[in-house]
Amino acid sequence: MAKLTMVQAINLALHQEMKKDEDVVVLGEDVGVDGGVFRVTDGLIDEFGEERVMDTPLAESGIAGFAIGMALYGLKPVAEIQFSGFAYIAFHQMEAHAARLRGRSGGRFTVPMVLRMPYGGGVRALEHHSESREAYWAHTPGLKTVIPSTPRNARSLLVSAIRDPDPVIFYEPKASYRAFKEEVPDEEETFPIGESQIVREGDDLTVIAYGAMMRPTLEAADKLKEDDGIDCEVIDLLTISPLDDAKFTKSAQKTGRILVVHEAPRSFGPGAEIITRLVEKSFVYLEAPVRRVTGYDVVIPLYQREFDYLPGVDRIVSAARETLDFKA
Amino acid sequence: MPRKKIDLKYDIDYLSILDKDGEVDSDLEPDIDDDRLLDLHRAMLLGRRFDERMLKLQRSGKIGTFAPIHGQEASQLGAVACLEEEDWLVPSFRETAAEIWRGKAMENVLLAYAGFNEGAHVPKGVNNLPVSVPVGTQALHAVGIGYAMKLKGKKEVAMVFFGDGATSEGDVHEAMNFAGVFQTPTVFICQNNHWAISIKRSHQTRSETIAQKALAYGMPGIQADGNDALAVYAAAKEAVDRARAGDGPTFIECVTYRMSVHTTADDPKRYRSDEEVEKWKERDPIDRFQKYLKDKDLLSDDAIEALESEIKDEIKAAVKGWEKRMAELTDKTGMFDNVFAEMPPYLAEQKEAFEKTLSS
Repeated sequence: MAKLTMVQAINLALHQEMKKDEDVVVLGEDVGVDGGVFRVTDGLIDEFGEERVMDTPLAESGIAGFAIGMALYGLKPVAEIQFSGFAYIAFHQMEAHAARLRGRSGGRFTVPMVLRMPYGGGVRALEHHSESREAYWAHTPGLKTVIPSTPRNARSLLVSAIRDPDPVIFYEPKASYRAFKEEVPDEEETFPIGESQIVREGDDLTVIAYGAMMRPTLEAADKLKEDDGIDCEVIDLLTISPLDDAKFTKSAQKTGRILVVHEAPRSFGPGAEIITRLVEKSFVYLEAPVRRVTGYDVVIPLYQREFDYLPGVDRIVSAARETLDFKA
Repeated sequence: MPRKKIDLKYDIDYLSILDKDGEVDSDLEPDIDDDRLLDLHRAMLLGRRFDERMLKLQRSGKIGTFAPIHGQEASQLGAVACLEEEDWLVPSFRETAAEIWRGKAMENVLLAYAGFNEGAHVPKGVNNLPVSVPVGTQALHAVGIGYAMKLKGKKEVAMVFFGDGATSEGDVHEAMNFAGVFQTPTVFICQNNHWAISIKRSHQTRSETIAQKALAYGMPGIQADGNDALAVYAAAKEAVDRARAGDGPTFIECVTYRMSVHTTADDPKRYRSDEEVEKWKERDPIDRFQKYLKDKDLLSDDAIEALESEIKDEIKAAVKGWEKRMAELTDKTGMFDNVFAEMPPYLAEQKEAFEKTLSS
C-alpha cells in the first residue's frame, strides 16, 4: 500500500498488467522514451522494450486504427491519445470499426482495446486541451466509456478496462492527475465496468457526478452539511456507458431530490440521459425538478476564464439549495 | 555541388507479363504450377459470372446495392492467390472474387447484399475481415494485424485492398507511414480502376503513378498491369515473400478498369464515355489469360464451355442456398447480439421491449 497520485496509479496498472499478460501493449505519441507528456507511461519502455511500448508517428487516426488491427489479432493494446481534444480524428476508427467489428463479424472478431486520453479543464492549458466531450463516445453503440475520479479507482478501472473483451474509452480527468494522493494497494485490484459507486450516504439530496467533478461535488456536500445540516447522497458514476442507473434511481426514491453535475456542455450531455432514466424509473418519487450543474454550451474559455465555465463548489451548493427549497 | 539529384532507395517499375493479346514474356513468366493456373482461371471466370448474376438479382429487386468487380478479376485474384490460409485478407468492398477465393460462400455474399447482417458473419478461425465500407479505413487494420504477427513471431502476412480514390484518404497514408516505420508484414494492394464514382484518376491525384506514393513511406512500390493475372501474381508474390521474410511492407498499384458501375446505385454515363469503356474491353483480363492457357495447352474451347456450365450450376446452387437461408432467418433479435460480449442491462431491457412489440 502506497500513497499515489492518479498518474502513478495508472502507471502501476499498466505496469502490472503488462507484466502479467504479454498480449498487453502500449502505444501512442511520446509514450515510450518520454514516458508520455503527463508521464503516465513512465518507465514502461525500460521494462518491456520498444516492441511492447511503441512511440508512434503523430497521427491519432493511425494510432486508433493500428490498435484495432492489433486487437483483431488478439493483442490487448492500450493506446494513448495525448489530449482528448485531438481524439476526434480517431473517433472515426472507433465508431466505424472498433465499436462494430464484433457485431459485423458475428463474434468472430473482437476489439479488446483501451483508448486512454486525458480530458477536462483546470490545468491552464492551450485551446483544444481542456474539453470534456464524453457524450460523443458514450452515444456510440459498442463502446464503453469509463471516467475514474481518484487514484485508486483509476487503477482498478484501468485493469478492468484492459481485461474487458470490448473497446473501452478511458477518459482521465487531467485536473486530478496530480491534485491529490490516495492509498492504492500493491496487490491487483479491479472494479466492474458499468457499476457506479455511492461514495457518501445521505437522505436529503442525491448528487450524481463523475471524474474531475467529484472533488467540488464532495466539497459542496461537506459545506451543505456544515452550513445547512443537509445530508447529501453522492454517487460517482465511474462508467458513463453502459450507464448504471440502478443505484441512482434507487437513491432518488429515497431522497426525491436530484442534482447532476458534469463539466461537459449542458445540452445533450450525460446529464440529459441520467435525468431521463430518473424520470422513466423514479418519476413518482421526485419532489422537485431535477437540476443540472454543468459546463455552459460554449467552447471552454482559455485559462483566465476557465473557472467561470467549470462547475465549482459555489454553483453546486446554490443549485442544491434551490432544489432543497423547492415546494410544489 | 549545392544542388543535385537525390538518389532514393527505391525506383518504381511497371510490370507487364501477358500483353493484351495474351502473349507472354517468358523471361518474366512466374513459376505457377498448372493446377494453380487453372484454379486461378476458374476463380476469375466464377467471379465474372457471379458478378453478372448479382447485377441481374439487383436489377430485379432481389438484392440491394453492391459494388461490381467486372474487369478487376485479375487484379484481386492474382494478389490473393499468393496468400496462405493463415494469412489475413483485409478487403474493402470490391473484392468479392478475392473473398470467394479465400473461402467466403457465395450465398453469404448474396445474404449480405440482400440486407441480412448474417451474410457478413465470419466463421471462427477464418482470417478474412468483413467488407469495410468507409473508404481506406481498413488499411490501418492490416498494419496493426501485421505488427501483432511480427510481435508474436509468426511468419504471416496481412494483405489489404483499396482503390485509387482511397489513396486520397488520410488513413491510407497513416497506414503506409506506420507500416514503414514499424516494418510490418503488410501488402498494400491498390486497385486503380480509374474511377472513384465520378472522379477520374487524373483528378484524384496529380501523382504520375499511385505506386510512387510508396517512396514517401520508405517502402518498395510497383505498378503492375492489373488486367494481367501473371503480372499481379508476380508482384504480389514478391511482396508476400518479402513480408514473410521479415523485410517489411510493399505497395502494389494494379492498373485496371472498372468496367461496370461504381455500385448499382450509380450511372456512369453521367461522367465517362462509352469509347473509353470499349477501349478497356480490349484489355480484358480473362480473355488474355485464356489465350495464355490455351497456348500452354492447359485449356481448350471445349474445356471452357464445360467450365462455364459447371460455374452456372454452382451459382444456381448458391442462389438456391441463399433463398433457403433467407427463409430460415426469422429471428429478428440478432441486432442486440454481439454489441458487447455481455449484454448490459439497458440493452436487455430494450431487447425485451422489442420482443413485446413482436408478439403483440
